[in-house]
Amino acid sequence: MSIAFYIAVMAVTTYLIRMIPFTFFRKKIKSRFLRSFLHYIPYAVLSAMTFPAIFYSTDNGWTAAVGTAAALVLAYLGLPLIAVAGAASLGAFITWLIIK
Amino acid sequence: MSSKFFRGIAHGLPIGLGYLSVSFGFGVMAVRSGVSALFSVIISLTNLTSAGQAAGVDIIAAGGTILEMILVQLTINLRYSLMALSLSQKLDPKFTTGHRLLASYGITDEIFAVCSAQKELLTPAYMYGVIFISTLGWVGGTLLGATAGNIVPAGVSSALGILLYGMFIALIVPPAKKEKSILAVVIGAALLSLLFRYVLTAVSGGFSIIICAVTASALGALLFPVKDEEEQQ
Repeated sequence: MSIAFYIAVMAVTTYLIRMIPFTFFRKKIKSRFLRSFLHYIPYAVLSAMTFPAIFYSTDNGWTAAVGTAAALVLAYLGLPLIAVAGAASLGAFITWLIIK
Repeated sequence: MSSKFFRGIAHGLPIGLGYLSVSFGFGVMAVRSGVSALFSVIISLTNLTSAGQAAGVDIIAAGGTILEMILVQLTINLRYSLMALSLSQKLDPKFTTGHRLLASYGITDEIFAVCSAQKELLTPAYMYGVIFISTLGWVGGTLLGATAGNIVPAGVSSALGILLYGMFIALIVPPAKKEKSILAVVIGAALLSLLFRYVLTAVSGGFSIIICAVTASALGALLFPVKDEEEQQ
């Protein structure tokens, strides 16, 4: 299958997810279960995507572990998105400098 | 070009800068997975989403099925439907159907956050400003990461591979700290994900994310249903 086809499917799916409710829906969702489910889904998705994949995201398990720890600490302290993401990379990079 | 457009650009500038560095990581990751620089940029331009693109590239690299791609994007990006729904409640009358069709392209976590923080009704010009600067950062960063990713030292490009995951942690941890129920769902999803990674290895990565997320969220919804917040409108 060509990469272009994958990308087209990906783009159209993502667009429709945003477009349909933004353009056509005007009323609020009534079902409490559905609202709760939709409330939790982003966090569950991000968590399942991050763990354990984050430990394989660099060339070395140690650099990934230090980067993960740095991100967790900074995120816990409530630092901005970019600071947390940057700390993960910086932590991994400094560890790479030490152990290479 | 109205002043509202430029106000949108000003408010979106931090997003654009943040995206620039995060999408650099995506560009590096995509090229490492065997996707060309051109296709990496096209993915960023047509999708404008971090987690969905990362999962999409994984599926492309693994030669997954189209059904898997659709279901993965649906699951990962379902949150945008909620955000779109929420934003649709506070749109200025200037938001005709045409504007809605166009602006819905740019509903991301951060753009949603900035737009919904606006006190007044949301105008198309303002939202286009926020989307424009954010997209510029996202696409520009992808291009830099996909092309210069080869030039930078191995340790640097390896370290940038973790950048997107760092951003995911930044999106997970503060709400999990605030709400115990979110923390429970996050831990549940992570444990299930470990199970699929090390035990139930026959299930592909994309589907395992769907199963983990849907199971953890459904359990969360049953055990900790959210409270009604209807009075706010």
